[in-house]
Amino acid sequence: MKQFLAFIRKEFFHVFRDRRTLLIMFGLPVAQIVLFGFALTSEVKDITLTVIDQSGDVNTQQLISKIKSSSYFVVNESTRDYNRIADDFKKGRAKCALIFPARFGDDLQHGGKVQLQIITDGSDPNTAKTVVNYITAITTAYQQQVSPSQRLPFVIIPETRMLYNEEGNGSLNFIPGVMALVLMIVCTALTSVSVVREKELGTMEILLVSPFKPLMVLIAKAIPYLILSLANFILILVLAVFVLDVAIKGSIILLFLESMLFIITCLSLGLLISNTTNSQQTALLLSMMGMMIPTMIFTGFMFPLENMPKVFQVISNLIPSRWYFLIVKAVMLKGLGFSYVWKETLVMLGMTVAALTIALKNFKTRLS
Amino acid sequence: MSAVVLDHITKTYDDGKVVAVDDVSLQVAEGELFGLIGPDGAGKTSLFRILTTLLLPDKGSATVRGYDCVKDFKAIRSRIGYMPGKFSLYQDLTVKENLDFFATLFGSSIEENYDLIRDIYEQIKPFNDRRAGKLSGGMKQKLALCCALIHKPEVLFLDEPTTGVDVVSRKEFWAMLKSLKQQGITIVVSTPYMDEAMRCERIALIQGGKIMSVDTPDNIIAQFPVTLYAIKADDIYRLLTALRNEPAIDSSYAFGEYIHITLRNGSDIDTLRQQMEEKGHAHVAAKAIRPGIEDSFIRLMNQA
Repeated sequence: MKQFLAFIRKEFFHVFRDRRTLLIMFGLPVAQIVLFGFALTSEVKDITLTVIDQSGDVNTQQLISKIKSSSYFVVNESTRDYNRIADDFKKGRAKCALIFPARFGDDLQHGGKVQLQIITDGSDPNTAKTVVNYITAITTAYQQQVSPSQRLPFVIIPETRMLYNEEGNGSLNFIPGVMALVLMIVCTALTSVSVVREKELGTMEILLVSPFKPLMVLIAKAIPYLILSLANFILILVLAVFVLDVAIKGSIILLFLESMLFIITCLSLGLLISNTTNSQQTALLLSMMGMMIPTMIFTGFMFPLENMPKVFQVISNLIPSRWYFLIVKAVMLKGLGFSYVWKETLVMLGMTVAALTIALKNFKTRLS
Repeated sequence: MSAVVLDHITKTYDDGKVVAVDDVSLQVAEGELFGLIGPDGAGKTSLFRILTTLLLPDKGSATVRGYDCVKDFKAIRSRIGYMPGKFSLYQDLTVKENLDFFATLFGSSIEENYDLIRDIYEQIKPFNDRRAGKLSGGMKQKLALCCALIHKPEVLFLDEPTTGVDVVSRKEFWAMLKSLKQQGITIVVSTPYMDEAMRCERIALIQGGKIMSVDTPDNIIAQFPVTLYAIKADDIYRLLTALRNEPAIDSSYAFGEYIHITLRNGSDIDTLRQQMEEKGHAHVAAKAIRPGIEDSFIRLMNQA
């Protein structure tokens, strides 16, 4: 036991004295969260809008100010010059143009039928569609406001709700994904490298020759990284809650335990890699390439798994982070209990036991 | 009982294509300071790894203090000290932390066997808080030796401990080994340096995985079968080329400022010297000398 503790202490020394390890360990999650949270957002905001107002009446003014106040748009000064549109689009001053025809207000009040033209930049179709939806929603609301009495005999007004994420916070979907990704990279890469480093340095020879059981070497290696990864996990959660306003709806304890299981899965994979490689570079490459890319693609937080060909869907079942992602989404975002995620937990547990058994079995008590 | 016994040990790599150790048998007595002497790639490290249970031999058997290197590897692992050729300490830990770690790992403590390492440790103690990676080569070796000794091993295996260490530190290192031997520890040490061979009680000359000779250094030298001459001239290189083509010469090689030669039967050094002078070599001087261990090694190597 004394040997075991001394070993763990030594591992902590290694981590805390190596700036690169610390950077990967704690810099990576922060960078990922900030990147995904602020840079890679799929929300459309600050759309530049050119308004051609040929009517210039109260109604157009009201509608424009509604659009201005919606926070999605940055409205360029309105003008009557139609040619401004082409110019603004070309120079990138506008992503969207809104054209009110002459007598807009008059027609609205008396004619009952009025037209409004929306021109968007189709080179980015997704954004264009979103922009059209925004403006349509605003005009519809405005219409109801100005003519509440003019009720149509039959009208369908869809009341939409986004369950689990009423505000449409884009961070919600990627937080579980980033958690899976970061834990995966940090655990596998650092564990595999730390074992292989002993081989490279030649210290493994002494460790093997010592009376300390070879299996204990592996376990003593894994424990510091388990503790550090749990700290990492807490760091991600804190960032998610306080920086990105993601609420944790379910039980934190359940989330913690599930994450611990996932971390152990990753540690086992790291040990597995370290058994088969002899240089730090290979180990790092294997864990980065072999783990990061499948995690990105097959976890389901970047590309929906449902749209993939059947073969890839089957393959995705083999990726531990896929199951962890489902669990975190269920527990953290939907607030579900263990009874909803026991299947996923069982799959992950099975993977962990398998990986750990193979890793421990393959660990050589000799050099070759 | 012999502390270490190797019985017809053979070790190959790459499915038998590379023979590292070829049918080696030798014995090391209790409390002996035994040297494995041979050039790089002779198979020294493979032998060490077999004895320290890190490698399995292909053929043959080996025991350390009566324990079989394959079956009883656990018993051996708690009884030996090993210092691998590749410098094997944690560069990012301090001197004290390294020593502490290895002491604990081997189920001991610095205090428990302090007597054993005192002489060596006192020299590096001023650098207790320095990272091992920042030590000089000689200090690193001392620290590594301390770490290998800290659990009071019965047999100490040192694989090329003085490679890459300056001359003064090498001398100190061998003095330490001598004092360790006096405390009853069996020491098996390997080195590519011939001058260090003389400091061992018995040595095995190893080349290409084969043992060429096992004896005390003095006996090996005494067994040198012919007279060895040292010869020199002003242009030593031209002399060496000339000697190589001389039928009377059995062997010749440069050795410091001299050329060491042995003659074939019926040849005579004075005639040779005259011949050389007649061929235009200036200031030819030749004398019979006592062979060194290096001469013995070269001779054995050429015979093999």
